[in-house]
Amino acid sequence: MLAQLIFLALSAFAIYLFGKNVGKIGRNIHLGLPENRSDRKSERLKTMLWVAFGQSKMQTRPVAAILHLCLYLGFVIINIEVLEIVIDGLFGTHRIFAEPLGQAYGVLIGAFEVLALLVLVACVIFLIRRNVLKLRRFSGTEMTEWPKSDANYILIIEILLMSAFLTMNAADSKLQQLGVAHYIPVGTFPVSAWLMGILPDSSTSLVWIERGCWWFHIIGIFAFLNYLPYSKHLHILLAFPATYYSKLSPKGQFNNMDSVSNEVKAMLDTSYTPTPVAAGSTFGAKDVQGLSWKNLLDSYSCTECGRCTSVCPANLTGKLLSPRKIMMDTRDRLTEVGKGIDAHGVDFKDDKSLLDTYVSREEIWACTTCNACTDACPINLDPLNIIVELRRFAVMEEAQAAASVNSMFGNLENNGAPWKYAPSDRFNWATKE
Amino acid sequence: MSELIIPTMAELLAKGEEPEILFWVGCAGSFDERAQKITRDICKILQHVGIKFAVLGTEESCTGDPAKRAGNEFLFQMQAMTNIELLNAYNVKKIVTGCPHCFNTLRNEYPGLGGTYEVIHHSQLIQELINDGKLRAEGGESFKGKKITFHDPCYLGRANNVYEAPRKALEVLDADLVELKRCKSNGLCCGAGGAQMFKEPEAGNKDINIERTEEILAAKPQIVAAGCPFCMTMLSDGIKNFDKEKEVEVLDIAEITVRANGL
Repeated sequence: MLAQLIFLALSAFAIYLFGKNVGKIGRNIHLGLPENRSDRKSERLKTMLWVAFGQSKMQTRPVAAILHLCLYLGFVIINIEVLEIVIDGLFGTHRIFAEPLGQAYGVLIGAFEVLALLVLVACVIFLIRRNVLKLRRFSGTEMTEWPKSDANYILIIEILLMSAFLTMNAADSKLQQLGVAHYIPVGTFPVSAWLMGILPDSSTSLVWIERGCWWFHIIGIFAFLNYLPYSKHLHILLAFPATYYSKLSPKGQFNNMDSVSNEVKAMLDTSYTPTPVAAGSTFGAKDVQGLSWKNLLDSYSCTECGRCTSVCPANLTGKLLSPRKIMMDTRDRLTEVGKGIDAHGVDFKDDKSLLDTYVSREEIWACTTCNACTDACPINLDPLNIIVELRRFAVMEEAQAAASVNSMFGNLENNGAPWKYAPSDRFNWATKE
Repeated sequence: MSELIIPTMAELLAKGEEPEILFWVGCAGSFDERAQKITRDICKILQHVGIKFAVLGTEESCTGDPAKRAGNEFLFQMQAMTNIELLNAYNVKKIVTGCPHCFNTLRNEYPGLGGTYEVIHHSQLIQELINDGKLRAEGGESFKGKKITFHDPCYLGRANNVYEAPRKALEVLDADLVELKRCKSNGLCCGAGGAQMFKEPEAGNKDINIERTEEILAAKPQIVAAGCPFCMTMLSDGIKNFDKEKEVEVLDIAEITVRANGL
C-alpha cells in the first residue's frame, strides 16, 4: 500500500512538473509574432504523417535512418509496456495484462524485449559515432560542451532504461521458476533469458533486483520526461507539430511582408490610406519576439543532428554560418528571455538580443538562401526564414549592410538593375551579335 | 536562319496585338555580356518554333529578387508593384524567364501582390517544345557521345522542384549524360544566390564556386550545362580558375538547344 502511495505521488509530481515546463515552453513560443499556418489542413496532416510519423526524410542517410528507426519504434512500442507498469504501480498488481492476454502476452513482451535490445545496440553505436568515430556532423562551433553532453546523456539514459527493463524480466522469469508467490508464471522471454544465468539464485535477492529494476525503470522514465524540456530530445514530441505546421509553399517563396505592402501602396498611390501599424513593431527581427511563433517552435524542435549544416555551402567552405547554430541560438535566447520573464514579469528587458549577442552579422550575410538546409532537415525546420528576418532588420531598421550590398540597392532603385547600367541601355542586347 | 526579330510589348500593343508569351529577360540577361548571348538564343528558339512572343525592352525592370533576398522588402515591393502594374496593363497571361531567380519571384511572390501569371523557366519551355514534337536536336552541331553534366540552379531545383525539364533538353542530344555527386535536391549552390552575387564572400577557406567546380571537374565532363545566368558566371569563373576553359565548356540549356538545331 505504501508502495502504491509513493508511486502515485511520484507520478503526480512528475506529470505536474512536466506540465509546468511545457506550459512555459508554450508561453515562450507565443512570444513570437502571429503567422497563419492553419490552412490546407489535410495536406498538413499528410505531411506530418509522412515526415514525422513515417520518418520519410531520414532515408537519405541509411545507417542513421535504420538506427534511428530502432530507437523510434522502441520508444513508441515499449511505451505500451509503460502503461502496464503504471497500472501495476497504482493498483499493486503484477503484470496485469498477462491474464487477459494469455498466450499473446508472452509474444508481446518478447517483442518488447527484442526492441529493447535493438534500442540498446543502436544507442551504443550512436555513442561510438559521436565519441569514438567523432563524425564531422557532430562537431562545429555550436557543438559546445552542453550539446555534446546532452546527446550523450540521452543515449546513456536510454541504455540504462533498457538494461533495467531486461534485467527486471530476467529476475521475474527466475522468480516464476522458483514458484515465488505474486510472480505469476508467464514464461521466459527471448532476450532476458540470456541474463538469467548471471543473476543470483536466492529468491530474496531476486525480488530485490526485480523490484529495484522496476522502480529504476519507472522513475527513470519520469526523470527522462522532465529532462525533455531542457534537452534537444524534445524533438520526440515537437517533431509532430513542427511538421504539421511546415511551410507548404515552394521553398523559394519568401513571404511578402504586409506591413511593407501597406507603406509601399501608400507611396505609390496617394489616395491609399495605410492601416495603422501596431506600436513597437519592427521590420524584421532583432530578437526572438520579432520572429514568428513557428520560428520559435522550430527552435525547440531542433535535435541538433546537423544535417542542415553538413550541406550548407557557406559552412562547407569554412564560413562562420551554420544553420544548426541559428536554431540553437534562437532556442537559447528564447529560453533566456523566458527565464527573465519568470523572474521579472512580462515586461522583462535586457541588453542582449538574438542578433549580435548570439548570431553575428557575418553569419547572416554568408547565406546564399539556397535552401539546402531546409531540404536536409528531417522535420522540415526552416533556419533560412530566421536568417532572412534578421537580414530584414539589419537592412530596413538599421540600414546596416555591406557597402556593396547598399550599392546594389542603390542601383536597383535608380536604374532598375542591380548593376550600374542605364535603363535606356536595357534593350541593347537585341542588336548585338 | 532568318533574321532575328524581337518585338516589344509596346510595338505589339500599337498594332493592337498581344503575344502568346512574354519573354522576361532579367537584368543579367539584359546587361551581362555572356547572358545577353543566351537571351538572344532564347529568342531564336521562340522564333524558330513560331511562338508569338514579345519582350518589355527598356520598360523591363528588376523583379526585385536580390533586394528581397538581402532583406530589403521595401525595395522589392516597390519593384514588384511597379512591374505588376505594367504587366497587368499589357494584359500579360504567360511569362517565360531566362533566369531562375526571376522565375521564382514572378511565379511565387508576385501573386500575393496582385500579379498572377503562368510563369515558366526557359528549360520548361524547351521541354514543352520537345514533348510537343516542335523542337528536336537536328540540323546543327552533334552532341552525340559528348560527356555533359547539369548543374541544378537552387531557385529552379530545390526552390521550385524543377529537375526534369533541363534534363529533358539534354536527353534529346544522345549525349553521355553524367550526374554530379551532389545533384537535384542535393545540388550544391554555385555561391551566387541570396544577393551573394553582388558582394564579397565572408571569410572562409574556399569560395563556394571553387568547391562546386572541383566536383564538376571530378566528373570529367566536356560540357557543364547551366540554367541560370548567375550560375553561369560562377561556374565559368571556377573553370577559369583551374585553367580548364579549353577542356570544359559552360553552356546554358538554351545555347545547347540552339547549337543542336543550327539556329
